[in-house]
Amino acid sequence: MAAEAIRAEGLTRRFGAVMALDRISLCVQAGEAVAVFGPNGAGKTTLLRVIGTLLRPTDGRLWLFGHDLRSGSPALRRRVGVLSHQSFLYPDLTAAENLLFYARMYSLPEAGRRVAESVERLELGEWAARPVRTLSRGMLQRCALARALIHRPELLLLDEPFTGLDLEAAAAIERLLREEQQRGATIVLTTHDVARGFAICQRAIILSRGALRWDGPISPAARAEFEGRYAEAVRGAPARAVGEACCL
Amino acid sequence: MLPLIWKDLLIEFRTKETLVSLLMLGLLTLLVLSLAFDPLSELRPLAAPGTLWVAVIFAGVLGIHRSFLCERENECLQGLLLCPVDRGTIFLAKVFGNALFMLGAQCVILPVFVVFFNLFPSLALLRLVVVLSLGIVGFAAAGTLFAAISVRTRAREVLLPLLVLPLVVPVLIAGVSATAKILAGKGLADVARWLHLLAGYDLLAVVVGWMIFEYAVEE
Repeated sequence: MAAEAIRAEGLTRRFGAVMALDRISLCVQAGEAVAVFGPNGAGKTTLLRVIGTLLRPTDGRLWLFGHDLRSGSPALRRRVGVLSHQSFLYPDLTAAENLLFYARMYSLPEAGRRVAESVERLELGEWAARPVRTLSRGMLQRCALARALIHRPELLLLDEPFTGLDLEAAAAIERLLREEQQRGATIVLTTHDVARGFAICQRAIILSRGALRWDGPISPAARAEFEGRYAEAVRGAPARAVGEACCL
Repeated sequence: MLPLIWKDLLIEFRTKETLVSLLMLGLLTLLVLSLAFDPLSELRPLAAPGTLWVAVIFAGVLGIHRSFLCERENECLQGLLLCPVDRGTIFLAKVFGNALFMLGAQCVILPVFVVFFNLFPSLALLRLVVVLSLGIVGFAAAGTLFAAISVRTRAREVLLPLLVLPLVVPVLIAGVSATAKILAGKGLADVARWLHLLAGYDLLAVVVGWMIFEYAVEE
């Protein structure tokens, strides 16, 4: 049996009166690819931020690779790569300089060589020598993915990686994610693009109003049930205040 | 810590935003305050230490604020928080960078101060560098901590001075007092009491900042 990459029990996160995550319990096996679907404000980004150690849960417990996140070990972050809505890249540095900086922050041996490999793999070409401020959305997203992958993380958290990309750029990122999965990485991605989510992942999760509404395998047999639950979720309100009833 | 310092220096080398902001505000403050006092007045020398420290503190607030604006763009601070380094280390690197830029600005501000206030360039100025360095480290530590908090707020330009200035009153009092004595020809031994206060403040600000930075940058 594969080891657990993520185990969450009763994971809850509140922002004031807004319940962004409502007692989420889930388990993701190492090497698994999970697509998280849900309408805007469902809690997808918050879930990734909590798992990515950027947010502390208000309640509940979370383990990454068997380690309790409350221990707060910086070494655990070495095993996680995050691609967010924002690139986390310094606009006044070139793409290559940004990658070199992050490679050094992860104390990677032969950081320069690793950057060169990333530039080649992500097909950044001459764009790597240009300031990030001047890059197009598609190229910026490639650079951001290069940053997230530079330390070869075991767990990849991707927040709407295809948003704002043209078909070619989205296909390139899809290809990279497949490669990462073949390498053995665990992938959790949020998306509104059902077709791409289904193409990359083996399991789908639906969040709505901070709560887990559906969790099942991606298969032709489960597709109808998924679509019904997803349509229900999309019709729901974006966020629920604390104390409001939770109905599954 | 070294990659963080390298990154801050490289961005500054490219944009020159922090150093230029520090210099411009520091020099303008010196100019305005020096013009505010009658050149022939006997009170003018008495105002010199306070003027220097007001310039240092005001310029420092702006410089530290700017140094965190680059972390705000593209949410780069979040990228730093994802790295497998102790978050206190990020604080120490930012303090080092901010203190370095403030000290760099003093290389220009201090000679201009000497000219504006008709002071004789002498060994006393080297003693002033010791006082300024000690004051700047404590100020940079307190400023960096609160800049990390205020940079994510809407009223960040107003909030940072509101949070920092009351907290750096000990630096201002000790700095002005020590500077006044040094300009009056006293040695470092004569201002040891103030230097000890500045060093104690530095230690406290750096240690407290290092311990609570992780919580300060959390959403």
